Amino acid sequence: MTRGHLARNLLRLAFLCIVASFVLAPMLATVLGGFKTNAEIRTNALGLPAIWNTQFYGSILSDPAFWRYLGNSLVISIGSVVLTLITGAAAAYVFAQIRFFGSRMLFSYVLLGLMFPFATAILPLFIKVRDMGLLDTWWAVILPQTAFSLSLAILLFRTFFAQLPRELFEAAYIDGCGYVRFFWRFTLPLSAPILATVGTFVFVQSWNNFLLPLVVLNSREVFTWPLGMMQFRGEYVTQWNLTLAFVTLTILPAIVFFLAAQKYIVAGLTGGAVKG
Amino acid sequence: MTHAADPRLSARARLRRALSNGRVTAVLILLPPALILFTLFVMLPLGESAWFSFFNWNGYGAPEDFVGLDNYERILGHSVFHTAAGNTLKIVAISLVVQMPLALFLALLIYRKTPTNALFRLVFFLPYILAEVAAGLIWSFVFDGNYGVTASIAQGLGFENVFILSDPDWAFAAIMTVIVWKYFGFHMMIYIAALQSVPEDQIEAARIEGARRTQVVRYVQIPHIRPAIAVSAFFAIIGALQVFDVIIPLTNGGPSNQTHTIVTYLYTFGLTRLNIGFGSAVGVILFVGAVTVAIFYQRIFMKRTEA
Repeated sequence: MTRGHLARNLLRLAFLCIVASFVLAPMLATVLGGFKTNAEIRTNALGLPAIWNTQFYGSILSDPAFWRYLGNSLVISIGSVVLTLITGAAAAYVFAQIRFFGSRMLFSYVLLGLMFPFATAILPLFIKVRDMGLLDTWWAVILPQTAFSLSLAILLFRTFFAQLPRELFEAAYIDGCGYVRFFWRFTLPLSAPILATVGTFVFVQSWNNFLLPLVVLNSREVFTWPLGMMQFRGEYVTQWNLTLAFVTLTILPAIVFFLAAQKYIVAGLTGGAVKG
Repeated sequence: MTHAADPRLSARARLRRALSNGRVTAVLILLPPALILFTLFVMLPLGESAWFSFFNWNGYGAPEDFVGLDNYERILGHSVFHTAAGNTLKIVAISLVVQMPLALFLALLIYRKTPTNALFRLVFFLPYILAEVAAGLIWSFVFDGNYGVTASIAQGLGFENVFILSDPDWAFAAIMTVIVWKYFGFHMMIYIAALQSVPEDQIEAARIEGARRTQVVRYVQIPHIRPAIAVSAFFAIIGALQVFDVIIPLTNGGPSNQTHTIVTYLYTFGLTRLNIGFGSAVGVILFVGAVTVAIFYQRIFMKRTEA
């Protein structure tokens, strides 16, 4: 019995380790590749570098373009998060707290956005952004991204707001607090967990977005890091070590961020999965 | 809901009350920003997609060259589109047949809360948090015939250099490997969350009655997490319809247009050539696909939860 148990456990661990190495090997090869010369990568793609060369990482880190790409991504992501949280929470608050004619219909209208992917409307979006004169600006990414996040955000917010105790509002109302003030003073502060979850979700989506920036940003000045990375890859086609160093340096913040915000990311994903 | 409409009050009194406690103001201030953004950047472009798809238009001036359903006919008769749609179906198939069973199996192995399991969970979920472009770039290195990991392995085994990504027969298999690598952790997380909510006493009861591990899985755990499986299948299918980022760094649709998906097809033949009408028609087809999946899902899912 115990021997069978042990054998099964070992088998289980072995299998898990095999899958884990399938997952980690490409990432490891990438991180290590940034330390190797190209000649070494050719003969030894997976192993440890013979000499740890740091100049490839150094040259990326001292490249102002690299920081500009990250900066653009950061501004766009933060902009999208702030705009989604404010407009989404405000709308969700109305849907949750105030009954008015057409409210259900408008809510269903907003939920339509859950049904279709970004790509379906990408060409008219490009035309619209261009005609508004927003091409090559941060807004060209922030506004559509926010609009596409709103459906899920409003759905999650509304569910959360509806669960806040009603007595709270009644007490505040008797004290002369109106709806708008109540929203700012009570609903938002009480909703920190859901705000964090949705915010994290929007941030990650924006940080990783490729298609929309690719379509609406043409100038390198406003490139986000995925665009910058592709640009870089195109310029240094034969120098894998530089590209690998670039990739490593861009995925590192993502991994650190994930480890820090793990709880919210997983909650956002599974919450979105179950309710979406 | 004490502040809701009170039938004893007259309409005017109700309106006055609504105005005085700021209900009307609240609706007028808080609702419009989201509605305007959503309408302007989601619903309107969607409608315009349908409209533009009837024109031959390069995006400059107003669309004037009305061509009816020509764009749709050209797409449906285009062999590259057939390949792209076929590739999308292949991704769906690989998700359902390889990715989801693998994710479920792993979830069953590590759903219990122990430190080692937490570590494995973290590792398996890692690819999901990477940007798809980064994942594509990493794997384009792995598959590189001159430098990559597969090249090293091939050399070690004494084979000649293999260029998987430029081989029309193998390039898409490579892409599907990347997709499984990138997303199985996501599906696994959905299953783990569901498995942790299966009541422990039911599993215990089955054990006491002499059920083997596999029987517990089959008759207790899997029936319990069926909604989660439906959700993950839905995500796999919707996700397959949208694959784009991964392809660009890996193959960019090549060799000889063998590895397009619907979205890379839309991008390559619609946007980069400024065939706005044509590309919009592809968008509409994609939309119809997504809505069909959503409706099917709802039908099946609703039935299951009622039963």
